[in-house]
Amino acid sequence: MSTTDDTSVSAPPRAAIEARTLRTDNWMRVPVLTVLGLTAWVAYATFRVFYQGNYWVADYHYLTPFYSPCFSVGCVPESAHFGRFLPDHPLLPYAALSLPFLLAFRLTCYYYRKAYYRSFWLSPPACAVPDGHAKYTGETRLPLIGQNLHRYFFYVALLITLVNTYDAILAFQSPAGFGFGLGNLVLLGNVALLWCYTFGCHSCRHVMGGKLRHFSKHPVRYRLWTIASVLNNRHMMWAWITLGSLMLTDFYVMAVSAGWISDLRFIN
Amino acid sequence: MSTRTFRVWRGDAEGGELVEFDVEVNEGEVVLDVIHRIQAEQAPDLAVRWNCKAGKCGSCSAEVNGMPRLTCMARMNLFEEGETVTVTPLRTFPIMRDLVTDVSFNYQKARETPSFTPPADLAPGEYRMQQVDVERSQEFRKCIECFLCQNTCHVVRDHEENKEPFAGPRVFIRVAELDMHPLDTRTDRQDTAQDEQGLGYCNITKCCTEVCPENIHITDNGIIPMKERVAGDRYDPLVWLGRKIFRKGERQD
Amino acid sequence: MSETDNDVERLTCDVLIIGAGGAGLRAAVEARLAGRSVIVISKSLFGKAHTVMAEGGAAAAMGNVNSRDNWQVHFRDTMRGGKFLNDYRMAELHAKEAPDRIWELETYGALFDRTPEGKISQRNFGGHEYPRLAHVGDRTGLELIRTLQQKLVSLQQDDAAATGSFEDRLRVIDEATITDLFVSDGVVQGAFGYRRDTGSFLAIAAPSIVLATGGIGRSFKVTSNSWEYTGDGHALALKAGASLINMEFIQFHPTGMVWPPSVRGILVTESVRGDGGVLTNTDGKRFMFDYIPEVFKAQYADTPEEADRWYTDPDHNRRPPELLPRDEVARAINAEVKAGRGTEHGGVYLDIASRRDPAYITKQLPSMYHQFKELADVDITAEPMEVGPTCHYIMGGIEVDADTTETGVTGLFAAGEVSGGMHGSNRLGGNSLSDLLVFGKRAGEHAAAHAERAETVAIDKESIERAATNALRPFTGEGENPYELQAALQEVNGRLVGIIRRASELEEALVELDALRPRIANVAAAGGRAYNPGWHLALDLENMLLCSIATAKAALERDESRGGHTREDAPGMDPQWRKTNLVETLEDGEVRLRRKPVPAMPPELLSLFETTELAKYMTPEEYRTTAAAEGPEAEQEDAE
Repeated sequence: MSTTDDTSVSAPPRAAIEARTLRTDNWMRVPVLTVLGLTAWVAYATFRVFYQGNYWVADYHYLTPFYSPCFSVGCVPESAHFGRFLPDHPLLPYAALSLPFLLAFRLTCYYYRKAYYRSFWLSPPACAVPDGHAKYTGETRLPLIGQNLHRYFFYVALLITLVNTYDAILAFQSPAGFGFGLGNLVLLGNVALLWCYTFGCHSCRHVMGGKLRHFSKHPVRYRLWTIASVLNNRHMMWAWITLGSLMLTDFYVMAVSAGWISDLRFIN
Repeated sequence: MSTRTFRVWRGDAEGGELVEFDVEVNEGEVVLDVIHRIQAEQAPDLAVRWNCKAGKCGSCSAEVNGMPRLTCMARMNLFEEGETVTVTPLRTFPIMRDLVTDVSFNYQKARETPSFTPPADLAPGEYRMQQVDVERSQEFRKCIECFLCQNTCHVVRDHEENKEPFAGPRVFIRVAELDMHPLDTRTDRQDTAQDEQGLGYCNITKCCTEVCPENIHITDNGIIPMKERVAGDRYDPLVWLGRKIFRKGERQD
Repeated sequence: MSETDNDVERLTCDVLIIGAGGAGLRAAVEARLAGRSVIVISKSLFGKAHTVMAEGGAAAAMGNVNSRDNWQVHFRDTMRGGKFLNDYRMAELHAKEAPDRIWELETYGALFDRTPEGKISQRNFGGHEYPRLAHVGDRTGLELIRTLQQKLVSLQQDDAAATGSFEDRLRVIDEATITDLFVSDGVVQGAFGYRRDTGSFLAIAAPSIVLATGGIGRSFKVTSNSWEYTGDGHALALKAGASLINMEFIQFHPTGMVWPPSVRGILVTESVRGDGGVLTNTDGKRFMFDYIPEVFKAQYADTPEEADRWYTDPDHNRRPPELLPRDEVARAINAEVKAGRGTEHGGVYLDIASRRDPAYITKQLPSMYHQFKELADVDITAEPMEVGPTCHYIMGGIEVDADTTETGVTGLFAAGEVSGGMHGSNRLGGNSLSDLLVFGKRAGEHAAAHAERAETVAIDKESIERAATNALRPFTGEGENPYELQAALQEVNGRLVGIIRRASELEEALVELDALRPRIANVAAAGGRAYNPGWHLALDLENMLLCSIATAKAALERDESRGGHTREDAPGMDPQWRKTNLVETLEDGEVRLRRKPVPAMPPELLSLFETTELAKYMTPEEYRTTAAAEGPEAEQEDAE
């Protein structure tokens, strides 16, 4: 990873130390892994949202989160819990109303910001390693000032997580009526993890009670803030785990839907 | 006991270099002990700041093998036997001599931060605050002002020109401390942070938190909540819409 | 206000404060509020003073946790702790004013831990009858210094708003050291010093000077004190013509870390023992049972079984002997090590690992757990700590007027650890932080008042040149390296003027200290003037030597054992000595010592104690002067 020569770190009036960084540990490992991890995920997700198939298991009502809520007239009618009104077009994902917000929610997430600023943008690649850019204004002007909209995307993400939860509950289905299979566990697990990520979001923490000056006057909100804080403490972990769980859930639904595997059924 | 090789940057504003010392190291020592031994036996005028030697005063900040840290908390057993240990001054502040830098930037920024403003009608002894209400601010008051966060923050470390508009993580947690203080009466702290102290420059890459010897959650508990407060005030469309509709300027409780 | 003349920066102000710890900063606030212009000299960076090391809290009888607490009880505890050698008036003012000083800090922005009613929480501590220490976890000193630092900044902001200048009325010069005071006919004129960063000189004319330089601990090898503690204020006062009192009383904390070497001297809090930790020697024996003095037999358990029951049932069992007063425990550890039952690093074991489960230890002693884990890589839940006595605090210091804090030199004031009298022969834990607030405030107030009525001061060129030549002397010295000399001085004090003293050893110490004098006079500093720690230390050495001589002389004179002064050849307290302060001055470069009566306590204060208690300390004619009033008999403990 290269850095520019314009860093102030060796210039007067500072100590004239030639090396731009004297770190001896393998500081490149984390940014490289981050680039690999995020790129792989984005590639998979892009492929899947434009694939427009194998997103629904008709027998068990499994709907992948990548297609929820399914608003396109191309959606299987049973999978569209909230109506179908979007035109069916190969360049328009079936869940075109929710996906941009989910993407924006994650793009403006305080953890992902750290991750991609460090790895893709090298600003900075690691602590005490020079910034890859000569000029830096942070999030003070367009477009990055838009990161402040995280809260708005959070509100929408909250709704979508509710929809995902609804999807997971509706999926206790079989041709015989009620049913329960491994897919339900996958969907439920994914939803639970999504809640851990969403409820532990920094914006959520603020909304729950972070903005208050006197916790003692708002015991319920203090309680909610405390829960959000506990989850928030591991926000990075939830961020990565939910990427994994989303992919895994989607892949499971696709595999069952495509008939590559059959769902392990516990009841019906 | 063993002999280790240390490379210590020696010099001043005119220039300098890494000077090698072979020095005795005993079991259980920290980098500052070794620096002291170099000072006592080989280089009596080696400039280094230190005070308590127990991680409580924040004086002995330097960079050890490129990582900003307190030299009194950098145990020698962190390094491999035979590994050369390089000690350099903080690289964000003007050099004075050897391991000592001019940290006045931080004091100046502190001076530009509006102070605690208590309620006019409360006499000393009448202050009543609940423990849950002071805990957030208390975390920030653990700060020992070692300025490692200020030194590591790339906003100023790599961009000298940002020293003017950007106050730095230490100042942001001070602002957060006061904004969360149950009895502070100022209402302009968020605006000051955003407009005058450069809160928006922070891209939350969290190096301040990584180097904090007091393990203060500078970013998660200080900077981000401040950013969120500012966002709530200025950028939240729902709040904006709500204000339009209800015509009320809701701030904090 | 500032000009540079012959390489010497000339400054003037109304009140010059030397020292930027708690006392100095509190004095600065007060003097500035009184409308005077103030300069504060800080040896380190602003906000790094040794005050940050205080853990336990600041004692003040606010009665927030136990409403029965009041200043009289605090006063009584302080006098007991000091074995009645305290300046009663200082102890009285301290007990009365400490609550106001603490409450005031809240208006500056301090955030103490709270009680359920939202008041300042107070904790129990050795020697205090009721929970009395205002605290913030175990970092109260940091809170205090930061609060005062921020108050200074807020005053500067007020000034900037009014005058456009942050520093016209209140200026902090950090990383500067004062080497000389200018005195003319017994009246202070100003001070001389250098800036550490550039090595350039300062001459500051001021009609009032407050010394707030802290202690002398750096003269000892094993100490909890930082490098700044070189007795600068003590030495400046002596050289200016002021006097020191009771320099023999030095508090050694029994449990300092001894291993690894990097942390030698750093405190291990008394709570480790309070929570079940025991002291053992290398034979594995819990030795404190062998060291219970006759007078304490009634309160301390003589079997491990009873001692262990105390932790859960203190009402029906006597206390473990590990919780004996601080001086007793320190002496016992010392004796074990001398008898060859100490560890190879010269300590004993403090073991809590084998007595409490890890979860309990990390919950009860989080900071100790982290201190050992992070500084020493020792897991105290799995292995014992190695501890031994460490030099902690000097009770003696500059003799001051209790109400004004003025020394014998007109215009020279002193507050905090550098002043003497307040703590008598032994300081209670928590009384140090409150001391520096109470008397720092008084010093600032009276220094400001003095400056207002004082005549104009002047510093003549010759004095400045003399001071400058003196300060540059180490660069032309041809003697030893300052680090070697400091080690030699520390070695003499540690070996001969330490925790247990004997007349013969003290005489030997005085001879050895005298022999160090020409070596220190000839000390050689290498390098240039800019930020040169070797040169700085070379200049500090003289102060350390003067304080060491003062301590050794007074320790030799006082042939009794009391508080922080233990004479093996004169065990026990002597009521006659309770009536005597030892006062030292400098005459023709020599430390002179004389005895001076301790002022008699007025009847209204004496009546706060029961006669039976007074009889332990005083001669009958002293305490019979008054009818003793009722007063609760408190358990006597020592300090943290």
